[in-house]
Amino acid sequence: MSYVAVKGGEKAIQNAEQLLKAQRRGDATVPELGLEQIKQQMSLAVARVMSEGSLYDPDLAALAIKQSWGDLVEAAFLLRAYRTTLPRFYYAQPLETDQITVKRRISSIYKDIPGGQQLGPTFDYVHRLLDFKLAAENNQSDYPVGEPTEGGIPRAIDTLNPEGLIQSETADDVKADDANAENDAEIFDLTRQPLELPAARDARLQNLARADEGFLLGLAYSTQRGYGNSHPFAGEIRVGDVEVVICPEELGFEIAIADITITEVQMVNQFKGNKTLPPQFTRGYGLTFGYNERKAMAMAIMDRALRSKEFGEQIQGPAQEEEFVLYHSDNIEAQGFVQHLKLPHYIDFQAELNLVRKMRAEYEQRSAMENGRSEEIGSEETGSEGIDSEGIGSAGIERNCRLSPIVH
Amino acid sequence: MNTATTNLTEPGFNFAYLDEQTKRSIRRGLLKAVAIPGHQIPFSSREMPMSYGWGTGGIQVTASVIGKSDTLKVIDQGADDTTNAVNIRRFFKKVCGVKTTEKTTEATLIQTRHRIPETPLNEGQVMVYQVPIPEPLRWIEPSEPETRKMHALEEYGAMYVKLYEDITQYGHIATAYDYPVMVNNRYMMRPSPIPRFDNPKLNMNPALQLFGAGREKRLYALPPYTTVKSLDFEDHPFSVETWDKPCEFCGATDSYLDEVVIDNEGGRMWICSDTDYCEETQKS
Repeated sequence: MSYVAVKGGEKAIQNAEQLLKAQRRGDATVPELGLEQIKQQMSLAVARVMSEGSLYDPDLAALAIKQSWGDLVEAAFLLRAYRTTLPRFYYAQPLETDQITVKRRISSIYKDIPGGQQLGPTFDYVHRLLDFKLAAENNQSDYPVGEPTEGGIPRAIDTLNPEGLIQSETADDVKADDANAENDAEIFDLTRQPLELPAARDARLQNLARADEGFLLGLAYSTQRGYGNSHPFAGEIRVGDVEVVICPEELGFEIAIADITITEVQMVNQFKGNKTLPPQFTRGYGLTFGYNERKAMAMAIMDRALRSKEFGEQIQGPAQEEEFVLYHSDNIEAQGFVQHLKLPHYIDFQAELNLVRKMRAEYEQRSAMENGRSEEIGSEETGSEGIDSEGIGSAGIERNCRLSPIVH
Repeated sequence: MNTATTNLTEPGFNFAYLDEQTKRSIRRGLLKAVAIPGHQIPFSSREMPMSYGWGTGGIQVTASVIGKSDTLKVIDQGADDTTNAVNIRRFFKKVCGVKTTEKTTEATLIQTRHRIPETPLNEGQVMVYQVPIPEPLRWIEPSEPETRKMHALEEYGAMYVKLYEDITQYGHIATAYDYPVMVNNRYMMRPSPIPRFDNPKLNMNPALQLFGAGREKRLYALPPYTTVKSLDFEDHPFSVETWDKPCEFCGATDSYLDEVVIDNEGGRMWICSDTDYCEETQKS
């Protein structure tokens, strides 16, 4: 029987792609999902894909979700692969998140705060009961319209400023705490530069902002259960729209180019102080595209956890290990490397097979000899054929393959 | 442009997919890598339309050095017809429209995963290796800042200790592939997961050898005629596998054989893993 190794040609790959497309569409008698439907009715999925895909574009994110059968990691990957081909014109000015048009805003450290608490659309106090009425179509819901908040909302944790109880943070501070602050003026750009460690805070926050939500959630949780030293309060969570402003050098003045929805979280952590810093509260910062509260909170906890070294705290858990967190947080990288094991590995496996067979043969020879020795006490019989003086099997013991020295 | 080659390519993409700026930055990294053989150079690896871990480092290197006059060969496990090789070749056909070949001798540029062709390479040819983990010291020291320091100080004792422990425990070095090498008597390098059988081909090779790790964002290189020595000890010289049978297709006795299971009774046959070499040998 002649055998040809199973090998996929171009035809097989094309067929697989066709099958993928056909099955994505599903039953042709069911109406096809429109991008507008995904954008409107699955907006949290769109928000996640935009964050992890690191591109703010709800239309393209909706397309990616449709194309990926709703696999959000795959959708984020599609968006990333597209964004990397786009030219880079400008870096935006820092977002003025205190000028947010707020949709939701809460602080858990004060009963009431200037600007007010505003629940907004939240799952928090909804009883998680399956709503069978929703299964029927034509659902319409009204909601009470409040007065829109205009003209800026102060940050809740800024109320700690006058007493100096919260660590102050300005754009310059963020750069100044860094271990490698050589190029002060330049913002690190994770999409254009390789991550190097120790990472500056801008690099860390960029990494966390597009990190896998599940990975951050699990790590943030681990710090709360004792694998780390994090006792956070939700200083403030705000969701709403902010303006993106650029200042092109050739114009010399600022122009607003878009309104984007963001979730911003500032966590407050108690800090007992050290030789140079008095006891105070410290911050952890989280920001995501869209309404993405769970991710933004996990990010803020992780930002603070990764500041352990800066504050001279003891590293107690993986969540505080910068290298562990930042190198493993990206799901586009992680999914690729985990799944690359599906690629053919038969050459390396053959090499391992040869090695294991050789080691196995040596092992059997050794045990046979040892048995032989113990039998010798009672009988004349010797064990297997002897092996060389160093106890290393070297000749003809493998079935099909042996190692032979190379002369250098 | 309406040359014959560009007509074949997918519209809407730059030649070789990456924009010229990105290609230039990768080439700058490659120049550094060539200047310091075996030393890992960080580069701004991009997301590609294929997954990280599936050859994106090699693909970016190929994309940044390929020109219209190049002839490209892509192999995976030594074979031109494995799915991953087919897919990468198909990608470059789509975005470059360059000539492709299965013949090692005809190729100006060869992208590979896990093998070096059996047919010796020539001056002027470029080999591009896909690298999963570029750091040879990674399993000894997981921290990147630490391993960079070890390279800077040429502090490779820990690796020799590991190899020595293998010898005391098993009687020989128990690394079958991705076997570490010393480059130009200075930097320790991972040759990518090629079987140790291929290690001697790295040494004094007339071709330019480029290594790209996309996910890990590192480049390194072996300029033509660089000395590459597989780690060993005087009393335990480096060795490679040999088989006590020839390839059942072409009869070659000097090639890396791949064991193919042919029935449910454990029957096997051994054939060349390098499909081009096997065909050429059958012809002659």
